[in-house]
Amino acid sequence: MKIKAKIIDKDGIRRTITRLAHEILEKNKGLNNLVLIGVRTRGEFIAHRLREKISEIDGSEPAFGILDVTLYRDDFRRRLKQPEVSVTNITCDLNDKDIILIDDVLYTGRTVRGALDALMDLGRPNTIQLCVLVDRGHRELPIKADFIGKNIPTSINEEIKVKLAELDGEDSVYLIESPEEEED
Amino acid sequence: MSLSSRHLIGLFGVPKDDIQNILDTAVTFREVLERPIKRVPTLQGKTIVNLFFESSTRTRISFELAQKRLSADVINFSASTSSTKKGETFKDTVRNIEAMKVDMIVVRHESSGVPQFLTRISKANIINAGDGRHEHPTQGLLDMFSIREKLGKLDGLKVCIIGDIAHSRVALSNIYGLKTMGAQVSLCGPPTMIPRGIEMLGVKIYHDINKAIAENDVLNILRIQLERDAGTTIPSLREYHNYFGVTSERLEKYNPNILILHPGPINRGVEISSEVADGPYQIILDQVTNGVAVRMAVLYLLGTMN
Repeated sequence: MKIKAKIIDKDGIRRTITRLAHEILEKNKGLNNLVLIGVRTRGEFIAHRLREKISEIDGSEPAFGILDVTLYRDDFRRRLKQPEVSVTNITCDLNDKDIILIDDVLYTGRTVRGALDALMDLGRPNTIQLCVLVDRGHRELPIKADFIGKNIPTSINEEIKVKLAELDGEDSVYLIESPEEEED
Repeated sequence: MSLSSRHLIGLFGVPKDDIQNILDTAVTFREVLERPIKRVPTLQGKTIVNLFFESSTRTRISFELAQKRLSADVINFSASTSSTKKGETFKDTVRNIEAMKVDMIVVRHESSGVPQFLTRISKANIINAGDGRHEHPTQGLLDMFSIREKLGKLDGLKVCIIGDIAHSRVALSNIYGLKTMGAQVSLCGPPTMIPRGIEMLGVKIYHDINKAIAENDVLNILRIQLERDAGTTIPSLREYHNYFGVTSERLEKYNPNILILHPGPINRGVEISSEVADGPYQIILDQVTNGVAVRMAVLYLLGTMN
């Protein structure tokens, strides 16, 4: 694993989260009907930060949940390593809600496809909007994000590594060459 | 993380990491069972055959539900309606079923060793749903899952299995699994129901139910097989109840904090009193719910292995 460049630093991530929070509130005209859903693992922590920021701006906290999409993956037969499943934790009703689906990196779009199926099994939301910290391109499915922290054009041999203090001890986004394993 | 074997024949020799992995994965499926749509697409396109050569209600329904909730295609086969009745050998029956391209076989048979034999004649993943007096690994796993869910751990717990140990595959799977996970396992019952030499597995033996209740954290009560036992291993069902029946008087007197498990079907007034079977100590119906989650975990881990 070779680091090519540090693309976003700690302050950059903080400012990006602030902007995304404002954009989400502006587009949805407040947070009455909003549910923030973070996709495990890093989407969960970005969603936490967005929730904090939104409640700082608006004064009240939006509903919140965590989604594990492992059971909805389409690549079980193609991966060498069996992915580890963890628990989905969504306690609120999703029917007729406006859902902000939150992940760290948007790449092939296959995780989002799985997440959409998973959300549909949990209820019938009014809308599902996608919010990502980084969009690195190379989509394999007709999926696009509604809120994007940063567009980072990449080559297929590169990888985007989002590091978050909660998990990795630092806040930053790196561009990395020749990934060890496929990740989406 | 993948399991170290592509079959589940028994819990004997299954490493701690594998058991831990299955129990942790079952937590995920427990959540799926609480959803409005209790189905995930994970095993779409996989074909699973349930080969039941011995009657079963709970285990068969539990496996079938687990398979359907993972979106697998399920075929049920029971011996009474099959061509084994017409004289076909077991091996030929299995070969024919396998020729129809199945991915996994769940098997129950009255003879010990049939699932092991299947692993040699079939390419499918084999899951043992109970074979003779050998093992019933998914029951052992769901018992461990239920204990862990209730008490938060297995390591260091004292668990006593009560009843007809000699004829019980549930007892053996419990002994192997619990010991691997660090629990202390003991057995309790009349000497006619406890096989000689079983202490070699590292289990303590009680013949006094009161003492067993007093000294353990968990009781796993086995069913007395009404159709077989009375008159052979015990004088009468009433006598068994008097000496080994778990009653609320005994629990209140000797250990009011104990946790009661029973794999079912229960015989009220024989091995367990109605009061205990419906009372605050037991988690009998949680075991049934957890059984589906644990079986989903096993099917998922074996079915998505490469």
